Amino acid sequence: MPFKRYVEIGRVALVNYGKEYGRLVVIVDVIDQNRALVDAPDMVRGQMNLKRLSLTDIRIDIPRVPRKKTLIAAMEAADVKNKWENSSWGRKLIVQKRRASLNDFDRFKVMLAKIKRGGAIRQELAKLRKQTAV
Amino acid sequence: MVAFRFHQYQVVGRSLPTAADEHPKIYRMKLWATNEVRAKSKFWYFLRKLKKVKKSNGQVLAINEIFERKPTKIKNYGIWLRYQSRTGYHNMYKEYRDTTLNGAVEQMYNEMASRHRVRHHCIQTIKTATIPSKLCKRESTKQFHDSKIKFPLVFKKVRPPTRKLKTTYKASRPNLFM
Repeated sequence: MPFKRYVEIGRVALVNYGKEYGRLVVIVDVIDQNRALVDAPDMVRGQMNLKRLSLTDIRIDIPRVPRKKTLIAAMEAADVKNKWENSSWGRKLIVQKRRASLNDFDRFKVMLAKIKRGGAIRQELAKLRKQTAV
Repeated sequence: MVAFRFHQYQVVGRSLPTAADEHPKIYRMKLWATNEVRAKSKFWYFLRKLKKVKKSNGQVLAINEIFERKPTKIKNYGIWLRYQSRTGYHNMYKEYRDTTLNGAVEQMYNEMASRHRVRHHCIQTIKTATIPSKLCKRESTKQFHDSKIKFPLVFKKVRPPTRKLKTTYKASRPNLFM
């Protein structure tokens, strides 16, 4: 079971604890065994404990501790945002956020849609059952 | 960003001017303390040991907090200290990798407490300096001087994102693989 995701310069990670929860950051340098210097386009560069980071598969090509401009340019070039939003992990987070922000009317619509989908599935199942029974 | 326990202060003081000495020499000290009051007290403690002056016949002229100039740059700090162990006084040189000097000093106090059981009032920092990578002496700081550093996180601690969501019992065992 070799490791596939490494802590390295350019690794994109998701913050999973603390004030910056849910933010995508790039590891810009490693301070020591437990801490890394992280940076994102809309935050001040700061240090973060590696325990607060979940590494992703995305990795961008940057030199050690790049300037903010080069970081943003590299992120655009690697298209981090789109890759993240199309990945299954990213999509799940977007769905979670959407579900958390529903109002009561939206939840009503979701209920109707679920009933409709359930009904369609059951119809198909009934058809298949009739075929196999015959 | 993070609240530091130890702040760096610059304290400037002199003995009070007397008839004999109209302009006594002014001394400046940089030291670490948790707050300004303690910094002034520490200043007199050290000054008493070095010069013939006490708080009762001296005055603090200025006390300023020194802030880190570049808190986003990672630096190697070397700290020379003198500490009191159970058997006597010893000198030590320790190296830390951190973004700020206050952070490195805090690391030093924590490490001395854990490795040598030395409480913070038994430690005197003699000198601190930022060391360029070539001159670092300790292997544990030198191993991070690699521009292509790369290591896997071996053990993933599963943690709820806020303390509110903490429960004593969980339905399933966690997956520890990164």
